[in-house]
Amino acid sequence: MGRKLLLEHINEPGIQSFEVYRQKGGYASVEKALKTMTPDAVMEEVKKSGLRGRGGAGFPAGMKWSFIDKKSDKPRYLVCNADESEPGTFKDRYLMEHIPHILIEGMITSSYALGAKTSFIYIRGEYMYIVRILEKAIDEAYAKGFLGKNILGTDYSLDLYVHPGAGAYICGEETALLESLEGKRGNPRLKPPFPAVAGLYACPTVVNNVETIAAVVPIINQGGEEYAKIGIGKSTGTKLISASGHINKPGVYEIELGLPVEEFIYSEEYCGGIWKGRKLKAVVAGGSSVPILPTDLILKTAKGEPRLMTYESLSDGGFVSGTMLGSGGFIVMDETTNIVKNLYTFSRFYHHESCGQCSPCREGTAWLEKILHRLLHGQGKKKDIDILVDAAKKIEGNTICPLGDAAAWPVASAIRHFRKEFEEEAAGLPAERNLELATH
Amino acid sequence: MAKVTIDGIEIEVPDGTTILNAARQIGGEVVPPAMCYYTSLKETGGKCRVCLVKVTQGSAKDPRPMPKLVASCRTPVADGMVVQNITSPDVLEARKGVVEFLLLNHPLDCPICDQAGECDLQDLSYEHGTEGTRTEFERRTFDKIDIGDKIKLHMTRCILCYRCVFVADQLTPERVHGVLNRGDRSEISTYIEKAVDNDFSGNMIDVCPVGALTDRTFRFKSRVWFTKPMDAHRNCSKCCGKVVLWMKGNEVLRVTGRKDRYGEVKEFICNECRFEHKNPADWTIEGPRHINRHSVISQNHYEKIDLQNLKREVERQIVFQKGRQLPEASPNS
Ligand SMILES: Cc1cc2nc3c(=O)[nH]c(=O)nc-3n(C[C@H](O)[C@H](O)[C@H](O)COP(=O)(O)O)c2cc1C
Ligand code: SF4
Ligand code: FES
Repeated sequence: MGRKLLLEHINEPGIQSFEVYRQKGGYASVEKALKTMTPDAVMEEVKKSGLRGRGGAGFPAGMKWSFIDKKSDKPRYLVCNADESEPGTFKDRYLMEHIPHILIEGMITSSYALGAKTSFIYIRGEYMYIVRILEKAIDEAYAKGFLGKNILGTDYSLDLYVHPGAGAYICGEETALLESLEGKRGNPRLKPPFPAVAGLYACPTVVNNVETIAAVVPIINQGGEEYAKIGIGKSTGTKLISASGHINKPGVYEIELGLPVEEFIYSEEYCGGIWKGRKLKAVVAGGSSVPILPTDLILKTAKGEPRLMTYESLSDGGFVSGTMLGSGGFIVMDETTNIVKNLYTFSRFYHHESCGQCSPCREGTAWLEKILHRLLHGQGKKKDIDILVDAAKKIEGNTICPLGDAAAWPVASAIRHFRKEFEEEAAGLPAERNLELATH
Repeated sequence: MAKVTIDGIEIEVPDGTTILNAARQIGGEVVPPAMCYYTSLKETGGKCRVCLVKVTQGSAKDPRPMPKLVASCRTPVADGMVVQNITSPDVLEARKGVVEFLLLNHPLDCPICDQAGECDLQDLSYEHGTEGTRTEFERRTFDKIDIGDKIKLHMTRCILCYRCVFVADQLTPERVHGVLNRGDRSEISTYIEKAVDNDFSGNMIDVCPVGALTDRTFRFKSRVWFTKPMDAHRNCSKCCGKVVLWMKGNEVLRVTGRKDRYGEVKEFICNECRFEHKNPADWTIEGPRHINRHSVISQNHYEKIDLQNLKREVERQIVFQKGRQLPEASPNS
């Protein structure tokens, strides 16, 4: 059994409530930090832990914190990114729904380290029921003196707010999130300046994913060095993986980084193998934006080494033969999956969610979707495949925010690894597939 | 001050200057095109992506190249920075891509568009686009909207540069103008089609790089290349009063602000000057206005720029400037 740092008490009845959470050792990190540590010492532990951002990019959390402009006389803010909207990713929801207090606790300890006096949890509008869960948890924390003025009798005070978005994937991009939080249209900002210098209301701000902030709790409790002992190399600690698709046991799993991909897919502890006795065809390992890999490349790297669930191993081989850990949205596809159809679904999503500010993404994502739609419906032409590759290349890297890349990568990788299927679609539809489409 | 090298030509500019403005100080063909940036409107730029350039050396202190192409209109220079615009095949390729994206849904109705001849998208397509199109899909359309009695919004032609939004935001007291919806369904809109009624709203027409916002008082009156632009001024209590009269014979067909060689108006004019003074007697005429751009408006004199030739020409100039032989490959690549 892998160690569980975040989900240890997930099966404890009543763990949603303050009392049970506290009985199980909850809020110890707040006591330890506020009463025995300076803010800088807390930050130092997070640096030592090697914790990397769990929202997708994997940027070292301690380093991000240290960029915050402490000389500025403006207020500082911590904003938790709970917009979780990447297809295939649902781990933050699971954590917030079942153990809301771990996020509240992480927010308090992290805000203390950053010197933030007001902090926000920006949550996607579709998670309205979780807004209520979090607000109840926050009320309990206020009532018990863990939030508000002079927390635990110290001179540290913090107010914490939950702010629901209105249903836009783009508001998960950190600067669009800040715009939205300020009450504006959720368009990503041009960077620089980065949020650490000019974020919310142009004040120094740190934006972190739900899981990143929750991980601060065990890091402070056990110490950064202890946390860093889990995992391999620069991939330390545990990671929540949202496993979905054609597996026997879909769900959210906490794994120790370094677990072999093969074990994750086939062991009873995790996904329990491919459903219906079928064979594995492909995996999208880190949420819909990361490159898809066929069976041979997801289980082993191009060099023939076993692929591990770490940032480094999954990206081994670059985009030619590798992918990314991303947000940990692990989508498994069996041998019956139509890759073109899967790609069409992803492309439709990115087209729908583009904010429309910059031309390559606004126009390009729509074009990708239209071409895939026609390929899938028997109207495709052979040249469509080259246009897809070329258009994706012209979007990638040329946009304001990474949504453009997120739309381009799946297209490039699906065609790279499954070109034959695209050619078959372009050549005409197999009869049974036609029927299948008609019934969908 | 910071020393930057753009396409092999070195220039010293004040700190904080953007790459685009540094290039404009050099002038000529190393200047990237710009469709959304507008000097006098704060926060414009970064959106259209036609001004992308390659930074092959970040600065003297940190010589690493920047990992992606950057929007030259919003990226400040650093001392020792080395930039490639037309000398980088990557930049030309990306720009070709942006032009294609901008044209995917453009109606290409130039024959009936009042902007034809002075349209930045036309110029851009001639210079950086390809002949023919790879899209076969139906193009996106929107209904036309009257923004007040003087301005027509033809959303179908819009490239979403957001310039008019910033005009509404920065030049007029009320913000009743913005962007609705998302992605390729985005549209410029006034709040429930409420008329934009204030003295400087007409400047939206001048800042629009395409024919999305046009002057209703000039609508279908003439092709611009059949009119004669004349610099003129009058004493105005609201604005600088310095305009261009677009005349046919003795008739003033249209009044606009004075655009510089990059298509930007430096001194905005009021609606009274623009719409209410169509009598030549109201104006002191200074003389014909020189249109110095290689623009479609220079009817019959238009020359398409040959980028390969241009690249050779720039490289020849660099040799000339530095007084030494060029290496085999293009500089800094
Ligand atoms: C289009 C887009 C959507 C994103 N959505 C999310 C999201 O839903 N949740 C999240 O934590 N990060 C999301 N991110 C990443 C954030 O911009 C940011 O990197 C992250 O919140 C930083 O937190 P971390 O360092 O803790 O990972 C998104 C990025 C992009 C470009
Ligand atoms: S890449 Fe797409 S989502 Fe991001 S700013 Fe540009 S248009 Fe908006
Ligand atoms: S002019 Fe720079 S992005 Fe539009």
